Amino acid sequence: MKKTVNQKAWFLVLPVLLLVGFSAVIPLMTVVNYSVQDTFGNNQFFAVGLEWFEEILHSERIHDALGRQVLFTSIILLIEIPLGIFIALHMPKKGFWASACLILVALPLLVPWNVVGTIWQIFGRTDIGLLGHTLASFGIDYNYTQNVLDAWITIIIMDVWHWTSLVVLLCYAGLQSIPSAYYQAAKIDQASNWNVFRYIQLPKMMGVLLIATLLRFMDSFMIYTEPMVVTGGGPGNATTFLSIDLVKMAIGQFDLGPAAAFSLIYFLVILLVSWAFFTIMTNIDKEEK
Amino acid sequence: MAKITLSNLAHSYIENPKAKEDYVLKPLNHEWDDGAAYALLGPSGCGKSTLLNIISGILTPSQGSILFNDVDVTFADTTNRNIAQVFQFPVVYDTMTVRQNLAFPLKNRGAKEEYIKQRVGSIARAIQVEDILDKKASGLTADAKQKISLGRGMVREDVNAILFDEPLTVIDPHMKWELRTQLKALHKELKHTMIFVTHDQTEALTFADKVVVMNQGHVLQIGTPEELFSKPAHTFVGYFIGSPGMNVFESKVNGNIADLQGTEIKLNKTYKTLNGKVELGIRPEFIELCEEGEGINVEIMRVEDVAHHKIVRAKYNNKKINIIVPEDIKITPSMNSIKLKPEGINVYVDDWLVQGELL
Amino acid sequence: MNNSKIKTGFFSSKSPTIMLIYIIFLMLPVYWLFNMSLKTNEEILGTFSLFPNNLTFQNYIVIFTDPSWYWGYINSMSYVVLNTIISITVALPAAYAFSRYKFLGDKHLFFWLLTNRMAPPAVFALPFFQLYSSVGLFDTHIAVALAHTLFNVPLSVWILEGFMRGVPKEIDETAYIDGFSFFAFFTKIFTPLIASGIGVAAFFCFMFSWVELLLSRTLTSVNAKSIAATMTKTVSASGVDWGVLAAAGVLTLIPGAIVIYFVRNHIAKGLSLGRV
Repeated sequence: MKKTVNQKAWFLVLPVLLLVGFSAVIPLMTVVNYSVQDTFGNNQFFAVGLEWFEEILHSERIHDALGRQVLFTSIILLIEIPLGIFIALHMPKKGFWASACLILVALPLLVPWNVVGTIWQIFGRTDIGLLGHTLASFGIDYNYTQNVLDAWITIIIMDVWHWTSLVVLLCYAGLQSIPSAYYQAAKIDQASNWNVFRYIQLPKMMGVLLIATLLRFMDSFMIYTEPMVVTGGGPGNATTFLSIDLVKMAIGQFDLGPAAAFSLIYFLVILLVSWAFFTIMTNIDKEEK
Repeated sequence: MAKITLSNLAHSYIENPKAKEDYVLKPLNHEWDDGAAYALLGPSGCGKSTLLNIISGILTPSQGSILFNDVDVTFADTTNRNIAQVFQFPVVYDTMTVRQNLAFPLKNRGAKEEYIKQRVGSIARAIQVEDILDKKASGLTADAKQKISLGRGMVREDVNAILFDEPLTVIDPHMKWELRTQLKALHKELKHTMIFVTHDQTEALTFADKVVVMNQGHVLQIGTPEELFSKPAHTFVGYFIGSPGMNVFESKVNGNIADLQGTEIKLNKTYKTLNGKVELGIRPEFIELCEEGEGINVEIMRVEDVAHHKIVRAKYNNKKINIIVPEDIKITPSMNSIKLKPEGINVYVDDWLVQGELL
Repeated sequence: MNNSKIKTGFFSSKSPTIMLIYIIFLMLPVYWLFNMSLKTNEEILGTFSLFPNNLTFQNYIVIFTDPSWYWGYINSMSYVVLNTIISITVALPAAYAFSRYKFLGDKHLFFWLLTNRMAPPAVFALPFFQLYSSVGLFDTHIAVALAHTLFNVPLSVWILEGFMRGVPKEIDETAYIDGFSFFAFFTKIFTPLIASGIGVAAFFCFMFSWVELLLSRTLTSVNAKSIAATMTKTVSASGVDWGVLAAAGVLTLIPGAIVIYFVRNHIAKGLSLGRV
């Protein structure tokens, strides 16, 4: 649709601007403030320039957390995106079962994040959890609170349980939008099932796949609650991802300066990668038009 | 290339159809010649798309059978019928180049490299896409994409028939003519059986050797554009074809005299006793406007000048009648009578044409 | 329409096995929670069974009768509803502006809004804590509601804009010609047309606000304590009250399930921010 130029539209946008500005800009300014100051205690601050940034960028602890985060995000993207596509291709398209599947598949997305953690915390325990107990009865030594590998596996499976449905729903919507004429043409061309997937279904799902990947990247990079509830970041700091580390620093240790610097760098990283995704997304959008 | 036979073919979308209305396609028995170009013409909902889908195999008819070259294919899968179909909107594989698109059906059948190259080359030449052969299909115009859809269908030499489901719907008006011409040329050159579904009479009449006019699931008439024009077999055909369509009046017919609501008209054929709703049909082209008193009086409502001729909208006994007057004849206010040319008068009983004996 | 026997390509769902396995995978942990919620703590810690041996609703009764529990739910519902109302109300005019007009800085503003969705809540935990404390809004519903608008308003604007794009501008123009004021047009004509969009946006506001823990715990302590916060503090001297915890968890699933049902056909469109 052709949009008309109208500067008075700013009035319509003003409420949003004020609200989000209040919520975003003021706190961010506080954070920026802290990031360049140090304190003697008793609320007395003095400027220290970029000292905190330097410390953070060189901090081994942060590097470790970043490393863990990158590993985590990569693994879950590698699992959730293909799995999501796979499931979406198998979802019924219409009828009662289509609605039933939609609701059941969407359910994990609406569980409060701490409850997600609680569910899996219980599920994985060898004394009262179905998963833990079953594994133990097969003689497998499984303990997510003490074994690093077990902790990682538990958290990854939990995230797959929690968020794959997002990818499934998006891909499902993408698939629904393909007109049946394409499938008919493929039949006439005697295309194999694999060719149908490669040349018709996958290209048509590219748009939603990109959105799914962007959303999963962003959200997994910020993950806090679920691993916190299940492992508390442990054993040790084996599952301490970036957000967990940041909160420990800011609220736990009240190390305001480093925490603030950390926050800004954190935000920036997400912003950059998301902006890259977003640009690719809109370019694909333009190409299709 | 195949001869297509429809044997007692009918279709209903309802599980257990009872009444006639439940059928979207009423029982048909027809044979379509090998290598001919047909148009399925009719208004929306007349069943033409249903018929096309039965031919292509997307739909299995609820009754009857369909044969290609006398082989029953009623339950055969689309893949095994060796047909090609061009849809309402272009269906191309966006991620492939034009060349790859055209080669795709042959590749899937395991054809040899050189054969593919040769076929793609000759088809590309025929549909005039040689200059864009290596471009990606996604960025092309709608008409180019439709040509590629068509090309993909023709690239197989053994294709039985090419089916078109209102393919010019998304094409810009000025390209429609261009594409139609190319389609006609292709048909002349390659002689495939082509079936073209449309609701646009111009497309149908200019493209096809024979036109199948359908309405409400019935096939009303199959004939050349000429036959459809001069001898419409059904009042609907008369009304649908021509612009404006045929004028239809209730009448009584006795022998070779017709009583057109009070006025006596001499016919050039004689008819036996007719039972049922009797109507006279005459096309505007066969009505002559003349001076008052020389013919039947009518009330002139409007004169529309459409460059090549004039359309006179008039009323006879409060019923609308359209008259076409050639452009060289000047219309004066005193010309408010009409003469009906006997060779253009058709008699219909219960909407169907009745043949009379020529006098 | 074709009653086609078309196989939908690769992975045609001839067998529902795959779907079945996936759904079992999703429902098993939920079932386990439900199972636990119907057992007493003794049974949970003592025996291990797939069904409760002595089915009891005691855990649920505790939640419905203990103020510290049921207030958690009431508090959470309060700020979620509050947040949804605020977010949608504010987002509607903005989304309208983005979908109909070009103005100075519009593209940048639109993108900036999206960046807020990308902000890690962890970054805002401390600043929000200080901000809301300083204006005296600590431990109130409105604080959490406002805090969540940071993420929900951009989301709502994006979703609503996506839906509004689908309504032709000609409808607006016809309304003005017919003499409607902007406000009347917006409420009487425009809103019904984008009703499903509002539903989707509201669903997502609900979703993000209901599930969030970090900010809702940081900004509340007693009066507005969310159910999430209540649940993470159920360790007492006698150990964790598993039965009650499980029951509390099960109860948090119900609002979500109800809401999904109403918007099930539009979920995907909203997830893609209105762009599919």
